[in-house]
Amino acid sequence: MTPMSGYLLLSALLFSIGLAGALTRRNAILVLIGIELMLNAANLNFIAFWRYGPHPEALTGIMFAIFSISVAAAEAAVGLSIILAVYRHSKTTDLDQMNSMKG
Amino acid sequence: MTITFLLLAATTITGTAAAMSLKNLVHCVLALTLGLVSLAALYLQLGAQFVGFTQILVYVGAVAILAAFAIMMTRSAEPAVLTGSSSFRVSGALIALVVFAVLGWAVWSGTGALAVLGPEPEAPVNEIGVALMHRFVLPLEIIGLLLTAALIGAGILAMDETRRTK
Repeated sequence: MTPMSGYLLLSALLFSIGLAGALTRRNAILVLIGIELMLNAANLNFIAFWRYGPHPEALTGIMFAIFSISVAAAEAAVGLSIILAVYRHSKTTDLDQMNSMKG
Repeated sequence: MTITFLLLAATTITGTAAAMSLKNLVHCVLALTLGLVSLAALYLQLGAQFVGFTQILVYVGAVAILAAFAIMMTRSAEPAVLTGSSSFRVSGALIALVVFAVLGWAVWSGTGALAVLGPEPEAPVNEIGVALMHRFVLPLEIIGLLLTAALIGAGILAMDETRRTK
C-alpha cells in the first residue's frame, strides 16, 4: 500500500461518513455539515494528488483546494441563513416537518 | 504509512463520525471541530502549509462557529425526538457503505501502479501569491465576486422580515 492510497482511502471514508450523515440525519444544520464533510474529502484528494502527482510545481491541486474552500465557506453562510429564515417561518429545523414551500 | 498519519487519520475519522452520530447538536459541532483541526494537520503533513492554515482559519474559525450560532438560534440544541423511521436510517447507512466500497475498490486497484515520486514538493506562500496574481487571476476575481454576493445574500436572507418590507 503506497502512502497515497492511504490518503485516498481516508478521503473515501470521510466522504462516506458525510454522505451517511446527510442522508440519515433529520436536522437541516447537520445535513449541511455532512455536505461540508464531503467537500473536505474532495479537498484532501486534491492535496494528496498534488503531493504525490507528477507535476507538483504547477500548484494546480493547491489552487483548486483553496478555491474549493472559499466556495464551501460561501455555501455554508448562505445555507445557514436560509435555515434561519425557514426557522423563522415554520419554527422548526426538522426536515421531515418542512413540507410546504408557501410562506 | 507513518505513525503520525495513522494518528491523524484516527482522530479525523473519530471526530467526523461523532459529529454525524451524536444526539446533542452542540456536541456534534465540537466533534466536527476536532475532525476539521486534524484534517488541517493532515494538510500540513502533506506539505501544503497555506491550505492547512486556510482550513483552520475558514472551517474552524468561521464555519464551525457559524453552525454553532445557527444551532443556538434555532433551539435545536435540545435533544430531538426521533421522528424518522428506522428503515430510512438503515437505507442511508447502506448507501454510504456501498459508496465507500466502490471508492475503496477503485483506490485499491487503481493506485498500485503509481510509484511514489521524488522528494517532497514545496509550495511557498510567495509562489502561491504569484500564481494567484498571474495564472489564476480570473478565478480569483470570480471568487471575490462570489464571496461578495454570498455576503450580501446571506445578510438579506437572515434579516428580519418586517424590517425588509419597510
